[in-house]
Amino acid sequence: MTDVQYVAPRTLDEAVKAFAAASGAAKILAGGTDLLVQMRAGILKPGLIVDIKKIAEMTAVEELKDGGFRIGAAVAGAVLRDHARLKKAWPGVVEATNLIGSTQVQGRATAGGNLCNGSPAGDSVPAMVAAGAIVTIQGPKGRRDLPVEKVPAGPGRLNLTPGEIVVCFTLPARPKGSSDAYLRMIPRTEMDIAVVGCGVSLTMDKGTVTAARVGLGAVAPTVLLVEEAGKALVGSKVGAGGLDDAALAKAAAACSAACRPIDDKRGTIAYRTKVAGVLLKRTAAIAAERAGRN
Amino acid sequence: MAKIHVSTTVNGEPQEFLCDAEQSMLDVLRGPLGLTGSKEGCGSGDCGACTITVNGRIVCSCLMLAAEAEGQKIGTIEGMADGETLHPLQQKFLEHAALQCGICTPGVLMAAKALLERNPDPSEHDVRFWLAGNLCRCTGYDKIIRAVMETAADMRGAAR
Repeated sequence: MTDVQYVAPRTLDEAVKAFAAASGAAKILAGGTDLLVQMRAGILKPGLIVDIKKIAEMTAVEELKDGGFRIGAAVAGAVLRDHARLKKAWPGVVEATNLIGSTQVQGRATAGGNLCNGSPAGDSVPAMVAAGAIVTIQGPKGRRDLPVEKVPAGPGRLNLTPGEIVVCFTLPARPKGSSDAYLRMIPRTEMDIAVVGCGVSLTMDKGTVTAARVGLGAVAPTVLLVEEAGKALVGSKVGAGGLDDAALAKAAAACSAACRPIDDKRGTIAYRTKVAGVLLKRTAAIAAERAGRN
Repeated sequence: MAKIHVSTTVNGEPQEFLCDAEQSMLDVLRGPLGLTGSKEGCGSGDCGACTITVNGRIVCSCLMLAAEAEGQKIGTIEGMADGETLHPLQQKFLEHAALQCGICTPGVLMAAKALLERNPDPSEHDVRFWLAGNLCRCTGYDKIIRAVMETAADMRGAAR
């Protein structure tokens, strides 16, 4: 009845070996919430399924000595939701990942899969970009690290070489006065695909923004790091009313300027471009408010 | 192609089965294992009718390969009642007629049970949010939400 094979290796080396040996015919199975749907729809017909959930390194959330976090690529969203310390340090990363699908989907869906699915609208990706996450990749030629924004190459395409597997995300240590946030625009209230997604991570010192990164989703062939928007926020004062309006306007304009969206049933080019700026302002306000409490 | 041999635990009982690599957990539950309480609605993880627990977390069994069950603890709707004694949620759903055609009901019950185990005192918002992945085309949801809220209140009362 079937010519598909399934393996669930215990080590990363075995997984890489099996994945590379199948030379393109294999698919990695993390949560399966994209893979199984695509297989069922006949879009994908892998010869080999490599289940990575028996590999300890890929299913663990680890707090690093320096205060950073390492999140295995196969960690389900529900596990992140239940990780109090991660949620305190990186509320934006956790809320973005938790926006993917229903409670049931959260029991399976992973940030690794969300990245590797290669959708420009993946919710966890802009938050990871804002966070400055470093992605560890292992392949037949060894291990390497890439900033998360360098991983997607286009819709459904990645800058990975044959046989390479995404292993984990490393989030840096947080200086005092840091936090992050993620918002997305969808036409309904829950469970839809982002029309625009915006992640902001920032650090404040004595009422001034000292560092900021902005990730934008669903407005270009890949999720974008909008460096100009981050720069526009740095140096701005945070008063009683929140972030400085002029800095916010400049950052919002930078987000709109970075957009290269498509027209589709979810939104037009004009709408997405405008909403990118609006979302930047709202997301930055939440991140700043959270950072003020840290 | 040789079948995959899987050893797992279903509703607390050791269980073994053979499956094909691309066969879903739902297919194996409903087929070889004869546990037809979990329903197939959409087959794409949208409707929640196939909700089961894996190591205590709810998942859509249509989005899980049967082979992945190796060494895991699977819970299905068949394990919800204690013999002839219904779970309080099941009892309350009957009293409130919180169902019409019943296709979504096993999934709703599995999800609601998982919610009350995590949060014995959920707000209506919490319940609606948690159950957002369980689609019902009949009831308009109000009876379902009320039944869950009242069960939670009863169970809190009983625990006191």
